Amino acid sequence: MRPILSPALMIAGSLMASSALAEGKPELIVYAPDYFASEWGPGPQIEKGFEGRCGCDLQFRTGDLLTRLRLEGDTTPADVVIGLTTDQTAAARATGLLADHGKDLSTLTLPIAWTDPVFVPFNWGEAAFIYDKNRLATPPASFAAFLTAPDDLKIVIQDPRSSPSGLALLLWVKAVYGDTSGDAWRALKPKVLTVTPGWSEAYGLFTSGEADMVLSYITSPAYHIIAEHDLTKAALIFPEGHYFTAELVAKTGTTDQPALADAFLDYVLSDDFQGMIATANWSYPARMTEGGLPPEFAALARPEKTLFLTETEAEMIRGPVIDEWLSIMSE
Amino acid sequence: MARGAFEIVPRWPGALALGLVMALVLGAFGAVIARAGALSGITTADWAAARFTVMQAGLSALLSAGLAVPVARALARRHFPGRHLVIVALGAPFILPVIVAVMGLLAIFGRAGWLNAGLALLGLPKVSLYGLDGILLAHVFLNLPFAVRLLLNGWASVPSERFRLAAALDFGPRDVWRHIERPMLRAVLPGVTLAIFLVCLTSFTVILVMGGGPRATTLELAIYQAFRLEFDLGHAAALASLQMALSLAAAGLSLAVARPAAFGAGLGRIADRWDRTSRSLQIFDATLLAATGLFIATPMLAVLASGLPWITDLPRSVWMAAGRTVIIAMAAALIAVSLAVATGFLITSLSTRAARLTDAAVMLAMTASPLVVGTGLFLILRTFTDPIALALPVVVLVNAVMAMPFCLRVLLPGLAVLRADYDRLSASLGVTGAHWARRVALPRLRRPLAFAGGLAAALSAGDLGVVALFADPGHATLPMQVYVLAGAYRTDQAAGAAILLVLIAFGLFRLFDRLGDRDADL
Repeated sequence: MRPILSPALMIAGSLMASSALAEGKPELIVYAPDYFASEWGPGPQIEKGFEGRCGCDLQFRTGDLLTRLRLEGDTTPADVVIGLTTDQTAAARATGLLADHGKDLSTLTLPIAWTDPVFVPFNWGEAAFIYDKNRLATPPASFAAFLTAPDDLKIVIQDPRSSPSGLALLLWVKAVYGDTSGDAWRALKPKVLTVTPGWSEAYGLFTSGEADMVLSYITSPAYHIIAEHDLTKAALIFPEGHYFTAELVAKTGTTDQPALADAFLDYVLSDDFQGMIATANWSYPARMTEGGLPPEFAALARPEKTLFLTETEAEMIRGPVIDEWLSIMSE
Repeated sequence: MARGAFEIVPRWPGALALGLVMALVLGAFGAVIARAGALSGITTADWAAARFTVMQAGLSALLSAGLAVPVARALARRHFPGRHLVIVALGAPFILPVIVAVMGLLAIFGRAGWLNAGLALLGLPKVSLYGLDGILLAHVFLNLPFAVRLLLNGWASVPSERFRLAAALDFGPRDVWRHIERPMLRAVLPGVTLAIFLVCLTSFTVILVMGGGPRATTLELAIYQAFRLEFDLGHAAALASLQMALSLAAAGLSLAVARPAAFGAGLGRIADRWDRTSRSLQIFDATLLAATGLFIATPMLAVLASGLPWITDLPRSVWMAAGRTVIIAMAAALIAVSLAVATGFLITSLSTRAARLTDAAVMLAMTASPLVVGTGLFLILRTFTDPIALALPVVVLVNAVMAMPFCLRVLLPGLAVLRADYDRLSASLGVTGAHWARRVALPRLRRPLAFAGGLAAALSAGDLGVVALFADPGHATLPMQVYVLAGAYRTDQAAGAAILLVLIAFGLFRLFDRLGDRDADL
């Protein structure tokens, strides 16, 4: 159900809305993160690709999608939400607003088994520490070696309270070190130069030379190699394994365009969509297609092990690991 | 300052403006609380965050305002080539997008910055500024120049006749301090300190990045966490209310300390100063100004150097966003100044106690968490319409309301003097209405009006506060583009776009400021 418009607002709204409305095409409203709809994100290609096959008008609504969904409840105008992260699944599921996707996910090429009935992953990568080969000649070869490295090796990480990658690091440390995660953090702490609210501030501190390493994704070097022809950035690959993250798409149960929403999920799994993920999102496509990865991307180092906690496990330990991290980092 | 029979300016526009500001802020809070059902309790960790918040904001404000006094005094009593340029440049740090300012500071004081490079050359150990030191350094960098500008306004509000009289009485610098400058500061400084305290109270990115870790957790971060991570609206609203209560307490303290100065009316001539001849005083002022200049200028230059080369490389969409940002900023500035002028006239017509209460109420807008206000407005608007269709008007209005208390801070000293000195005269001569505005008010308020307008425009150009829920992908603003570019690995283009944002903010600030330049005795 959409809120009813007053006549004046309707006039104002129709002046602002795109011409597609006037043509009477059905609208598919897709909630997405901020980065999506800019020309540097995958949004414009997705819009063009899907509108080419659906005869509809795809409208992105960007911003803080989970918060918006929670505020709107069952009056949300969203038909599809794209760009939720793996750490948000429990909260998003709990809204009760999302419907089962009903898709066959056996063709996915993730390093972990994915059988979720609601969320369809469309890209993935693992958390990793990125360094600059020119500034760090002999990088630590394992997580254990990193913990015992000299403390003047400085890293910038993100705050788990405001950033998905920041939280992924906490879960990563927990998955590797279990009950001794506290000791691991005590060893890590002197190497943490600072903690930023989001990924972009941290990455900026790294590229500007302020820090030797940054917490990012295993696929980050691909951007520098392909877009900047810069071969100096690389991910540290740890034999202990790397923590899995993915971005997800789901349709709402309240949608007034169920057929279109369903068609959109098919589109997400199509070769067209999956083939552009590598360079539009700088991450791995959820379903590897023929030639879906540029050669430089395919040549990136891969870890032997991918770690991932189930939603229930992750939710159970999230509070305690954040508390543990806060108390150790504040000591 | 109670007024009786003569009422040069009616009170109702002020009451209306005040009503609008209060309705917006309290309405948004109300909507969030109503949605949450109830406020939830403040935890031990929240109190720790509150203590840290107040401590860092208090220290930042005292340091910034305290250091601003000698700097402003030196600027007020010296004339030198380039002085005007210095005063203009003082406006810049305050309006920098925070992450840009932080990057600039790190280029100088950071681990790989010039300072440490210099120390290394001398064989000295590196200094690390992450922690409370870093937070204070960044806050002083951002706010000291702003404080100097506000204090200069205070110096400029002293009629030049007082300095003539001081010269005739053979006052030395110490006498000028005791009889002119100290009473003036007593009137102006508490408000300036308060404004900086409130800015630092809601500081977010500086605290996290420069604070070095979660030891530096503020209320604003706790609000963010309650919202984004826990989606506990009741907790978020409770924290935001605590933040406002702290602000009100600070406002009360500052207003209780302030005493209005009574210099009497002047003829509005340009002040000349006869009390600045001593050689040692000259050297002191020169050293102070040079050190401050260096501290402010080097990070700015570092930022410019890293971003300027990329400006020509920016895509069309960034320029479109820049155009939109200029429009938003101009509209917000116009509304903010109008609200501030109306409220200012109301405040100067009230009894001291009522004036202080009103002044404090306006401060609410300054410290209302943008996250809570944005969410509240979103909840209210969506009962009528699609909030995204109103994204730009909402951003303009919220920016205007958030900038309005700053404008009021700038305008109040001049307004108070204007009314105290000219209301009776104007009334007895029958000068009212438009004639009064043009002949009496405008010439005396031009400078603070222009400064307030420029400040509001610059602040509105940089604001990203409410767009989390009101982002319109088809109508992105420049701060949003900077954020998105930085999030898409395009650090260089982000730096270029950030410099464009700085240039716009500064250009708008200059544009307004020039309007006030006609009597140049700043």
